[in-house]
Amino acid sequence: MFDFSIVTTWFDSLLRETLGLGDFLSILIECVLVGVFILAAYAMLAIVLIFMERKVCAYFQCRLGPMRVGPWGVFQVFADVLKMLQKEIFFVDKADKLLYLVAPFLVLIASVGTFSFMPWNKGAGILDFNVGIFLLTAISSIGVVGVFLAGWGSNNKYSVVSAMRGAVQMISYEMSLCLCLITAVVLTGTMQISGIVEAQSGPFGWLVFQGHIPAIIAFIVFLVAGNAEANRGPFDLPEAESELTAGYHTEYSGMGFGFFYLAEYLNMFVIAGVATTVFLGGWMPIHIGVAGVDSFMDCIPGIVWFLGKAFLLVWVLLWIRWSFPRLRIDQILKLEWKYLMPLSLINLVLMTVIVALGWYIK
Amino acid sequence: MEVRKPHIKSIPYAEFKDNESLEKIVNELHEGGVDVFVGSLDQAINWGRSNSLWSLTFATSCCGIEFMAVGCARYDFARFGFEVTRNSPRQADLIMCAGTITHKMAPVLKRLYDEMAEPKYVVAVGGCAISGGPFKGSYHVVKGIEEIIPVDVFVPGCPPRPEAILYGMMQLQRKVKIEKFFGGRNRKEKKPVVVTNVPEDFNK
Amino acid sequence: MKLENIQFELNVFAAEMAKLKNEKHFDFLVTIVGEDFGEEGLGCIYILENTKTHERMSVKAVNADRNEPYIPTVMHLWKSAEILEREVYDFFGIKFLGHKDMRRIYLRSDFEGYPFRKDYDMSADNNRYVLTDDPEPDYTFEYNLDKDGRLVATKRPLFGDEDYVINIGPQHPATHGVLRLQTVLDGETIKKIYPHCGYIHRGIEKMCESYTYPQTLALTDRMDYLSAMMNRHALCSVIEEAMGVEITDRIKYIRTIMDELQRLDSHLLFYGCCAQDLGALTAFIYGMRDREQVLNVMEETTGGRLIQNYYRIGGCQADIDPNFVQNVKKLCAYMKPMFKEYRDIFTGNVILQNRFKNVGRLSMEDAISYGCTGGTGRAAGWHNDVRKNHPYDMYGKVDFDEITYQNGDCFDRYMVRMDEMEQSIRIIEQLIDNIPAGDFYIKQKPIIRVPEGQWYTSCEGSRGEIGVYLDSKGDKSPYRLKFRPMGLPLVSALDDLLRGEKIADLIAVGATLDYVIPDIDR
Repeated sequence: MFDFSIVTTWFDSLLRETLGLGDFLSILIECVLVGVFILAAYAMLAIVLIFMERKVCAYFQCRLGPMRVGPWGVFQVFADVLKMLQKEIFFVDKADKLLYLVAPFLVLIASVGTFSFMPWNKGAGILDFNVGIFLLTAISSIGVVGVFLAGWGSNNKYSVVSAMRGAVQMISYEMSLCLCLITAVVLTGTMQISGIVEAQSGPFGWLVFQGHIPAIIAFIVFLVAGNAEANRGPFDLPEAESELTAGYHTEYSGMGFGFFYLAEYLNMFVIAGVATTVFLGGWMPIHIGVAGVDSFMDCIPGIVWFLGKAFLLVWVLLWIRWSFPRLRIDQILKLEWKYLMPLSLINLVLMTVIVALGWYIK
Repeated sequence: MEVRKPHIKSIPYAEFKDNESLEKIVNELHEGGVDVFVGSLDQAINWGRSNSLWSLTFATSCCGIEFMAVGCARYDFARFGFEVTRNSPRQADLIMCAGTITHKMAPVLKRLYDEMAEPKYVVAVGGCAISGGPFKGSYHVVKGIEEIIPVDVFVPGCPPRPEAILYGMMQLQRKVKIEKFFGGRNRKEKKPVVVTNVPEDFNK
Repeated sequence: MKLENIQFELNVFAAEMAKLKNEKHFDFLVTIVGEDFGEEGLGCIYILENTKTHERMSVKAVNADRNEPYIPTVMHLWKSAEILEREVYDFFGIKFLGHKDMRRIYLRSDFEGYPFRKDYDMSADNNRYVLTDDPEPDYTFEYNLDKDGRLVATKRPLFGDEDYVINIGPQHPATHGVLRLQTVLDGETIKKIYPHCGYIHRGIEKMCESYTYPQTLALTDRMDYLSAMMNRHALCSVIEEAMGVEITDRIKYIRTIMDELQRLDSHLLFYGCCAQDLGALTAFIYGMRDREQVLNVMEETTGGRLIQNYYRIGGCQADIDPNFVQNVKKLCAYMKPMFKEYRDIFTGNVILQNRFKNVGRLSMEDAISYGCTGGTGRAAGWHNDVRKNHPYDMYGKVDFDEITYQNGDCFDRYMVRMDEMEQSIRIIEQLIDNIPAGDFYIKQKPIIRVPEGQWYTSCEGSRGEIGVYLDSKGDKSPYRLKFRPMGLPLVSALDDLLRGEKIADLIAVGATLDYVIPDIDR
């Protein structure tokens, strides 16, 4: 399996030894490069995801989706971005200017922050701490603040209602989201993302196989909670179009709205990515314990595995979003506090017992 | 630099109606003169704008149902990039005024138009929005929304067929494609100056 | 039916009306028709129905005082009177004594004059619009007579100090047009709803008074555009009845089939809008996809997709298309499996069931009192189908079920429509093979004059009873034409339905009530 750390170590040594730059300069250059990579990947993925959503939903609905801009409509999203970039941005009278201005950036920061945890390939994880999963959930919750401030700062009644909904919903679902991740941590024994992926390398080593029943429950709960956390249908209450026009971003135009729009799609990808990493082995190919098949699987690059699995989950999320009606706020909270949370707690206990007794696939 | 003739996929330029107004606008642009760099930038921006016209979901009566039909499986305006309909006027590019505007609705329409972010366009769909239509004689109907907000494209019909709405949207695309972003807007034609207080002995 | 009005004196009016309701069981107030009777004064005609025997009668109340006309209210007897009396006040300036909320409902609060009076100046100069916001008062008046017989007004506030008021509409995706619901909230919970209509009030009834009879037909399709055929059917019927025109069997068959096709069209759109309002866009597009098939069939004969202009006084505009019979059969065959698809993708969905069941319940008594006809009333168990109660055209001779449910919640309202679609197919299939030969149009005189008198005829529209009241003085244009809107009672019931529910339920209830705004505002 190709290890991307060869490239990174080579580049590091290129800067430090061949070019003789000091610690500070070489780290600075590396950071800048990585930053640029993250932002570029972020933007590209957003465009891919938006295009994917349009096409996928169109095909679900017996339509064609974008067809006229470029062959098969592939340039549609570029046109949208270009337009949105030079759309007028204005301030709402009597809005809280500072909060109004800061909110989209908070949402974007949370989304880029979690995005940089993605393990793209072997040795290509950008942020890889020993408390990686923990930090990831911490950063993702900044998004709540963004949503809340956007709603509050806009001086719009719909937005306020939406902000309250968003805050309540996102804080609630964070619970079961974290509990599911902890369930996985119990099995893998590490919070480091690269460690979690490595722990899934054995035959049928993906966590959903390895941890069988509790892991599958955790996986499904994670997807539901993650969908709610990303404010995607059927949990898109904060921006429930038919109730609150556009929810917390009703008053945003141009790129302010664009940031929310991007973040929404990337959050969906991040949820799919984290689910892939934790439950479906990240970039790890499927191994079945037969040497020939395993080595064939290893030939497929890790990034293909990662993106393949992540996009499969994205597709599932899209499928759900376009066919399910929206829940009501009390039903959403009931689902979380009465069903998902207790379920994840029991599940956590179950997983602990299974790990303690060694009843998982080794 | 020449302003290119707006091109719409699979429909030749000559088959569109009312090319004269477009040419008039183009000629006005030529008189101003644009350099190559700014002109190319304009073209890129216009490409983006014209292919991503998000409309405000604004429907007052019958035409709104036809507007819905345009969005659905058979006609599917997503093909052209008009797919996203926004409910918030801040995020919409055009207001497709589908239906009668009454006196009670007139301030609301004006306000919605004012709330939209530039660049914004208006398409008047159906007889009522154009002139009051069959309700012209009523005491409570605005005789054409052009009295309230500037209209870019008129789509006649009562209600217009979905094909007509699509054609109207293409006409709007053509209009957007010859817009000048750097250096003022040209899409609204100037109103003639009307002098009303002419002294009685003016002609003598 | 030709109206034989009973007239009560104003001082005993309320008591006599109470007697009619309580003793003779006239518990369904079909509509209140405000009318300018000229020299006689201003007044109202109340059309009542006994829901047991389906007997109908009409009561007339007139006040000769044109400057400060008043009539005692009946809103404590029939809940529907609340909004109907406000309508009369708005158009005629008749004040209803004891009515709790005497504000304008259609016109702006700073509108001057009462447009439906005969002496109102309709000229464009007198009717200019302004672009300033409506200076809406946050209080209302109640009028009563003091002991000297003078009108006194009592001021009442509409909102409390702590109320959080959100305007849902006039430009809102969930109101299906330009209805405005001024909603008082407590958090997410709805405390009170004040509906504001009139954002699409085009004055159709007033315009009809200056049109000849054939001209009036043109406007009906544009009221409730989803039951365009039925609107026109009702108006044609009332004129034909008044003139004593007997239509041929062929016309009856065609009209019945067209009405049912229109109902299918409307209910498919209802299904789509329900799905859209709840956020299930795929189901929405499936509904609209199949609606196009229905439109295809109608279009081939009528030439229109939405506004068909097909019926006319004495028949239809044109004979049916040669392929019509074949196409309708194809459509029926196509639609039947689709109903299963709708069940699979939307009706059976657990989220939908949770959103709809036990939400926005309307009891049968309330449904009758508010006059919520159509699917809304039938979901509450009220047998109100005009096709069954007052059969017209072929409905008396075909075999179909009147769908009723018991709970009156959103889910039942939804199911009534879903089941009605299958009944429509059933009706169409019974008729389509047997369309008799004959004239599709009975030639009328070039200038149609209707004999003097008052008539009221109704048809079953897509969302309730669409009735037309015609007062003729023997001229070539009607003296007063009034449509009974199907949606207005539904809107007036919103407040009762939703008090204590969540905002999201407003969307669900609004979607299942299935009102069309231009029909309410006319």
